[in-house]
Amino acid sequence: MTDALAVNNLTIYFEDFAAVDDVSFNVSAGSSFGLVGESGSGKSTVLRAIVGLAPSSGGEILLDGKPLATPRSKAFYRHVQMVFQDPYGSLHPRQTVDRTLAEPLAIHGIGDGERRIARALDEVGLGKGFRFRYPHQLSGGQRQRVAIARALLLEPKVLLLDEPTSALDASVQAEVLNLLEQLRRERQLTYVLVSHDLAVVTHMCERLLVMQKGQAVEELSAQALAARQIGTAYTRDLMAASTGFKRE
Amino acid sequence: MTDMAQPQHWRAWLLSDRPASRRQARLGRAYAGWQRFTTNKLAMVGLAIVLGLVLVAAFANVIAPYSPVEGGDLRTERLLPPSAAHLFGTDDQARDIFSRVVYGSRITLFVVVLVAIIAAPIGLVVGTVAGYAGGYLDAILMRITDIFLAFPKLILALAFVAALGPGIENAVIAIAITSWPPYARIARAETLTIRSSEYISAVKLMGASPWRIVLRHIMPLCVSSLIIRVTLDMAGIILTAAGLGFLGLGAQPPLPEWGAMIASGRRFVLDQWWVAAAPGAAIFIVSLGFNLLGDGLRDTLDPKASDQ
Repeated sequence: MTDALAVNNLTIYFEDFAAVDDVSFNVSAGSSFGLVGESGSGKSTVLRAIVGLAPSSGGEILLDGKPLATPRSKAFYRHVQMVFQDPYGSLHPRQTVDRTLAEPLAIHGIGDGERRIARALDEVGLGKGFRFRYPHQLSGGQRQRVAIARALLLEPKVLLLDEPTSALDASVQAEVLNLLEQLRRERQLTYVLVSHDLAVVTHMCERLLVMQKGQAVEELSAQALAARQIGTAYTRDLMAASTGFKRE
Repeated sequence: MTDMAQPQHWRAWLLSDRPASRRQARLGRAYAGWQRFTTNKLAMVGLAIVLGLVLVAAFANVIAPYSPVEGGDLRTERLLPPSAAHLFGTDDQARDIFSRVVYGSRITLFVVVLVAIIAAPIGLVVGTVAGYAGGYLDAILMRITDIFLAFPKLILALAFVAALGPGIENAVIAIAITSWPPYARIARAETLTIRSSEYISAVKLMGASPWRIVLRHIMPLCVSSLIIRVTLDMAGIILTAAGLGFLGLGAQPPLPEWGAMIASGRRFVLDQWWVAAAPGAAIFIVSLGFNLLGDGLRDTLDPKASDQ
């Protein structure tokens, strides 16, 4: 069986600096895969390379077993979508929610916009009242829901999530994660989730890859992580850091 | 107090934080901007002056008591001081200066509007395309812009008018050609900050073409700073047009162009001061009006100054 997404020996250089160095992983269809690491470990760059926002210097990215064309085709963007980290930066400040959501439909010539936009808002738990608001009239969690609705309007099979909750406070974080979980079940989506938060990744993903300084440190399953079956010292440190604040 | 209920109602509708339609959202946004604008008293003065200019130009034939080009009796009515019959006096051709100033507002408005319509879009397109495309296209477009910026505006306009021939239309073309480069610079600078933002990346990931991104997502964000700059430049445009008129390269006699009127009045500026003073005051007031309006618009529209 071919994987929904495969990254083989991906290498990305910015000038002389190796942001991503020989990273490989496979994501099977319908599963959720986590990329974990501290800031600057290159995990977001991997996502940006997949969608073509960052140039890859070596290695290959396969979607359903087929290599991707550069620049990415329009069909690719109907197959793979991305949700950005900063909900305050990912919505156009002068466009209403309605305009933002109408844009992907207009680009791909998809009709029936009225109903699709209403349904998309409904699915992410935003009612009709939010449709004609500007981003500055929304909270962070509401903005991120709009960003998720926008990504889902093109009915992608693969959703790339770049720290989708790190800019939100804890209670809103849980709401958005539950929403993502529910959408994945309903639509059989494949997720690649980037996060620095091990708790989020273990909650959301079946498998995960730990990265450090652009290199893959260790790939392991969520169960292994939960059972503390950790192979490397770095992952153990990361684990300790994410649970460190708890009272023993 | 009963008539208070109605304004309260539509104000609430406009400022609703959950608009029910596209139109309501857009009107609400415009109304919020207008509210911010009206708190600036000086900007309102500027707006009043500019609106006054438009009204005077529109109703010049009603307002002006005499013909702007045909004079009275050259033996008895030349260079008369201001009086009830001639509010601003008469000039050396025995023409009523008040009527000439009123009709001159049409020429001023014509110049200002045409220059804005020609120069602003050119600057906007050149700037946003250069900023978004980058690379060779950016280098070529910005070097062309630099070439235009290397000359003083009036000198370059003079050269163009000299080549095209004197006349008000050619003056407009010359001023437009010389005034777009700063707009291109502004639009490019704005584009550079916008192009790397995540909302542009997000639209890119929707599969939008570069043209779509520039036209629909980047240009609307550059327009407000451009409007501010164009409004503030209006005074300069009026002065350049008047300067060309003064040098005899703009509007040709007997057109009542304010700059040309000052030029003809300078010969007797010490004895018959009103001949040059009236059009001079008109230029001063209108320039001031546009500057005040531009300052007010900056406070209202500047995306960096407000949270929107």
